[in-house]
Amino acid sequence: MVPLSYYLILSGILFACGVTGFLIKRNIITIFLSIELMLNGANLSFVAFAAQWHALSGQVFVFFVMVVAAAEAAVGLAIIIAVFRTRETLNVDRVNLLKL
Amino acid sequence: MTPNLHLWLIPLLPLAGAAINGLFGRRFSRRAVSSIALGFCGAAFAMALWVVAQFSALSLPYSEYFAPWIRAGSFQADFAFYLDQLSLVMLLVVTGVGFLIHIYSVGYMWEEGGFYRFFSYLNLFMFFMLTLVLANNYLLMFIGWEGVGLASYLLIGFWFTKDSAVAAGKKAFIVNRIGDFGFLIALFLLIKHFGSLNFVQVFHRIAPLRPETTGAGLLTAIGLLLMVGAAGKSAQIPLYVWLPDAMEGPTPVSALIHAATMVTAGVYMVARSHVILDRAPMALMVVAIIGTLTALFAATIGVAQTDIKKVLAYSTISQLGYMFMACGVAAYSAGIFHLMTHAFFKGLLFLAAGSVIHAVGGEQDMRKMGGLRTKIPWTFWTMTAATFAIAGFWPFAGFFSKDEILWQASRVSFVYWGIGVFTAFLTSFYMFRLWFLTFFGEYRGEAKAAHGGGEHQAGIHESPKLMLAPLVILAVLSVCGGWVGSVRFERFLTPVLQAGSGASVSNVSTNALASANERKDEVSSETLLTAVALGAAALGLYLAFLMYYQRPQLPDQIAASLGGFYDAVVHKYYVDDLYATLFVKPLLDASTRILWQGIDRDVIDAAVDNGADGAREISDSVRHMQSGNLRSYAGWIAAGAAGVIAYMVWMGTR
Repeated sequence: MVPLSYYLILSGILFACGVTGFLIKRNIITIFLSIELMLNGANLSFVAFAAQWHALSGQVFVFFVMVVAAAEAAVGLAIIIAVFRTRETLNVDRVNLLKL
Repeated sequence: MTPNLHLWLIPLLPLAGAAINGLFGRRFSRRAVSSIALGFCGAAFAMALWVVAQFSALSLPYSEYFAPWIRAGSFQADFAFYLDQLSLVMLLVVTGVGFLIHIYSVGYMWEEGGFYRFFSYLNLFMFFMLTLVLANNYLLMFIGWEGVGLASYLLIGFWFTKDSAVAAGKKAFIVNRIGDFGFLIALFLLIKHFGSLNFVQVFHRIAPLRPETTGAGLLTAIGLLLMVGAAGKSAQIPLYVWLPDAMEGPTPVSALIHAATMVTAGVYMVARSHVILDRAPMALMVVAIIGTLTALFAATIGVAQTDIKKVLAYSTISQLGYMFMACGVAAYSAGIFHLMTHAFFKGLLFLAAGSVIHAVGGEQDMRKMGGLRTKIPWTFWTMTAATFAIAGFWPFAGFFSKDEILWQASRVSFVYWGIGVFTAFLTSFYMFRLWFLTFFGEYRGEAKAAHGGGEHQAGIHESPKLMLAPLVILAVLSVCGGWVGSVRFERFLTPVLQAGSGASVSNVSTNALASANERKDEVSSETLLTAVALGAAALGLYLAFLMYYQRPQLPDQIAASLGGFYDAVVHKYYVDDLYATLFVKPLLDASTRILWQGIDRDVIDAAVDNGADGAREISDSVRHMQSGNLRSYAGWIAAGAAGVIAYMVWMGTR
């Protein structure tokens, strides 16, 4: 059996990749993908713990996260399309109308 | 069973008048304003007369409870009124003279702006003065005391566009504050040691105490502090400086507040507190000395003044000095008697002076008057009555009261008597100087030559009947007011002024009681003293006649020969300048440097300003976090999350 720490390290790496991608990428769609990466990093640690402790609540949690992520993806993509239509760019650095 | 007098109505009637005129008077016509003011003031006078009519049926002292005010533990001060012979005299003087002066003011102020304001203030003054007189405890009296000060301040500064009037109002207010401070401390001492401010209770508790003949104690302290208060309100040395300046106000105000009523509040208060002072001979002596010195001091200044109202102002201070002299020798009834006659003739003098000023078109300098005798005969004759009354000629009112004071003073010390007689001479001299300068000789107004004699002469006119009527009534009172006689007056006041003076009280206060009996033995010496006083008055008249009628160049020669002394007198002994250098300037400098530039600007303002600056700088640096850049937000969130994780790890490993 694969030890728990392996899963957790992989989960941490996935999450760190997501954060890094979020911070350094400018394309909104890439950022969106990075968010999914972070969510799945978290999911991985949930299921790993659930398997380790034989507790179902972790797996239930993951389903919730998936549902929420799906809903978020739907809304997020809609926003991205709307932004692209009005500003004709996907570069987040140019989407800064809220700036002081 | 005494009938219910509804005393509370007497002060509240003028207050209603003040409120109506003050709130709505701007929209009323002058006729409406004056009838409201006169109506309410006249109603108060009518009430006072009605009280007099009930007087024989009353069991005095009569108390009336109106409403609760302060109850703290055993201490209690209520809105309650108190009537005895003393307050009855004051009540009549205040409402009577006040009503006459109200009538006069209608004529005098008719052309002035702020007509409704003037009458509102005047009624307000009546309210506070009547509260002062009718209060049954020191605290309510103090309310009236402060209130008349307020009304006085408002009326002195009535012409508020004139700088000197505004300054005079402030001066009066501030100088009075010093006196009020003493009064307040006296009240605190009374509360602390006697647990009450109610006249009846306080005097009842003090009555068994022995006089403080050896050394000074509590009662002496209270007496002296009360005297400080009285000196402020009644313009005695060293707090008299505000009264001459108070002449900046309209003349009826000078007559009502600064001659007839308010300034006598101090005398009333001292007479009211006689139970305390009787047991504090040292305080009583201070009262007598201050009174005597003030009488002399102010009279000498009055001799050299040229402004007709200033002469009368110094004369008022001097006469108030007489009243304090009387109180100081424990002849309170003589003091109150003089208070009453003084209200008549000094009120009249001011009103007549106002009439003169009115006639010559606002001129107040006596050197520019003269020869007005035939032009304004009514004013002339009424003023003549008042002048003879104040100079103390028989049978005018001033003779009886002043004679009584001098006689009582002579029983204590001939020093008081001597200074008193000399002051009487000075009084007679400066009053007849005023009389001759104003009414005799040639008219010396400057405008005469420029515009052609006949035209301007026609400009000098007698005042309207509305102003003359009060003059005539007061003139009658100035002549007859003294005929009631000091003995009868004293007997009338005896229940009040002997109350609480038991067998243990010092001889000084029993003097007055015994005086009626001793009088027969002393008739001859009294006659002699009276003759001397009359002679002094006649000498004053003769000198004034000589210097200001027969040989008008004489005063200048005498002034020149006196040199420096004359200068000092003309400049009021430089007292104002002395106070300015001693108190006003240091206070202003200290306030400017320490309080304003030091504390206010460098501490309080600095704290506020620096706090605001600091907040702005901090928020200026923090607001750059909110850049609108999505990735920087994400960076902050990531950094925050990392911080939280690091903290948790650190906590977990500890």
